[in-house]
Amino acid sequence: MDCVVTGGNVKVLAKAIHSLSRIGDELYVEPQEDGLALRSVNSSRSAYACFLFAPLFFSRYTIPSGHTFRCKMLIKSVQAVFRSLASLEKTVEKCHIELDKHKDRLTFTLHCKHGLLKTHNLSFQDSESLQAVFDKDSCANVFRAQPRLLVDTVVHFPPSLEEVTLAVSDERMWVRNHVEEDSEQSKAMLTELCLASDEFDHYAVQAHNSITFCLKELRGLLVFAEATGLPISMYFDDPGRYAYPYTVVISDSVLEGDFVLATLSDDPNHRKHNTRRTQTPVPPPPDDFMNDDIDSYLIAMDTSIAQGPSTTCPPTPALAESTHSKEPAAANHRTRKHSEEEEEVAEGETADSGRPPNKKFCSLFFGSVLPSSSQMSTQPVTTQEVLASDSEDDT
Amino acid sequence: MPLSTQLQGDDEQYVLVASLDNARNISNILKAIAFKDHAIFNATPNGLRVTVEDSKCLQANAFIQAEIFQEFTIREDLVGFQVNLTVLLDCLNIFGGTTVPGVSTALRMCYKGYGYPLTLFLEEGGVVTVCKINTEEPEEPIDFEFCSTNVINKVILQSESLKEPFSEMDMTSEVLQITMSPSPPYFRLSTFGMAGNAHYDYPKDSDVMELFRCTKTQTNRYKISLLKPSTKALALSCKVSVRTDSRGFLSLQYLVRNDDGQICFVEYYCCPDEEVE
Repeated sequence: MDCVVTGGNVKVLAKAIHSLSRIGDELYVEPQEDGLALRSVNSSRSAYACFLFAPLFFSRYTIPSGHTFRCKMLIKSVQAVFRSLASLEKTVEKCHIELDKHKDRLTFTLHCKHGLLKTHNLSFQDSESLQAVFDKDSCANVFRAQPRLLVDTVVHFPPSLEEVTLAVSDERMWVRNHVEEDSEQSKAMLTELCLASDEFDHYAVQAHNSITFCLKELRGLLVFAEATGLPISMYFDDPGRYAYPYTVVISDSVLEGDFVLATLSDDPNHRKHNTRRTQTPVPPPPDDFMNDDIDSYLIAMDTSIAQGPSTTCPPTPALAESTHSKEPAAANHRTRKHSEEEEEVAEGETADSGRPPNKKFCSLFFGSVLPSSSQMSTQPVTTQEVLASDSEDDT
Repeated sequence: MPLSTQLQGDDEQYVLVASLDNARNISNILKAIAFKDHAIFNATPNGLRVTVEDSKCLQANAFIQAEIFQEFTIREDLVGFQVNLTVLLDCLNIFGGTTVPGVSTALRMCYKGYGYPLTLFLEEGGVVTVCKINTEEPEEPIDFEFCSTNVINKVILQSESLKEPFSEMDMTSEVLQITMSPSPPYFRLSTFGMAGNAHYDYPKDSDVMELFRCTKTQTNRYKISLLKPSTKALALSCKVSVRTDSRGFLSLQYLVRNDDGQICFVEYYCCPDEEVE
């Protein structure tokens, strides 16, 4: 592998790496035919980012022939190469990235003014492919805006704020901080902003819904966007169908940055089930045999058997019940798949109990490099409720 | 000036009196060597030499010539004492280290001799503070026996170009390796950290290389923890000379210009960690 980045692009590369460092501790490097992919994922696998630099971004781009090369390294080490962004612009003329396979080293050489040469030989580990499965093109809601709009919106929220909720209608987008259900309502400060559809370059809403995601992990992208001035595109879907990740994309002709964040469903009907205590839909108490939804009840019984580590849940009022028990109906053909994933996620959840709020975002699905069209969802547990919403039953 | 009129009568008792209109002209340079609490002061009619040492492997010296001072009176050939440098710097900055132009702290440093404290008279805006700092038996500074006739390799660089490698130095590396050679890479600084190794190369014909006189290839390693404090001296200076002798001992000499444009010198000597040929 032998790539050369010159001039202002060195700073862009450095900024992309700094952005990725806001997601995870490791940088996954994969030189591909269509460009150099730099990826990162957070420890709970609920946030993923990928920067793809097209061959045209480089003044020279040669990838290893034969088998694909993939590696990962500590992102801190790579950041050390590009430490001072301000001086990068002033002093670095070009950056040469070279793979020295024999020595297990990836060499970053910065050619600077006055003939100075800075060489960093970084060790790496071979790694598996890191590729989150997401299909933004089929999303119901698509937006595009100048970075200024989003940066100015986000500035109103404290840097420590973890979760933010976006709610959209045909004309407006509301952005507010997400407050925990069980937190003291009187002590919480709520901040809400409203953006009109005409403030966006593109605003297409097919499903009026809201999503909650972790803002911290997105800030890296916003810093990158602000520096490069490239427009930002956002995609999310109707959580009624799949619990869809929130995808944010920044791109121009030679690069594309994708940030994929797992979301919490914010639909009020489902909110109860998003707490850790309640992980599975509750079969209605025997009295509901008299309920119209007896069929649904039977199906609900089915799904509860199929599930792995389900926790016992307090009985809920009949009305709410009926909504929930309807859900598995349309989805029971998926229960087996989801029970497997659920186990995975449930393990992850219990292991993560006691960690900060964003850990209740379930893992994104990481599949093979080729995305399978059928399996695109991310959070089996919380989607157990959202898989089949009322709207789906109506269709 | 209020200070001198008040205290002229006492002058007879002092073996050393040094005055500065701007205390920063001494405090800044002392900060560049303040990596340990204790400093050895040696004054001669030529001026003041302040020495700080670390584990017998590193020595830093600050030289402030007599001409820098507005008044420099010494009654003996050599006056030596040891004081706590941290305390001294705190006193010199007692007025809060204001950076308002035109306002400066005036200093009058007086010493009566062996057994007496070091007395500092500091004045700013009409307010006078008197500080008395206990002195200790001066230790003999180590003689690194570094002489110019023994110098194998020497380069003089613009400090600006060295600031980045020193401030960004990979501290997970135990050593800083310095390679000096008449052939490429000419002048190279290397670290060997947890993530991998890093090299900073300066070609001999670079704009930043003011002097390049290397006769033989030498590679020496120095404990990074010993050299890291020299970053402060580098930050203050405009030029630095790097010399190694036949034993691999390192001499770093920094040319520092004070607030009034006068020149002072700071020097670091360091023993090699191990010899690598």
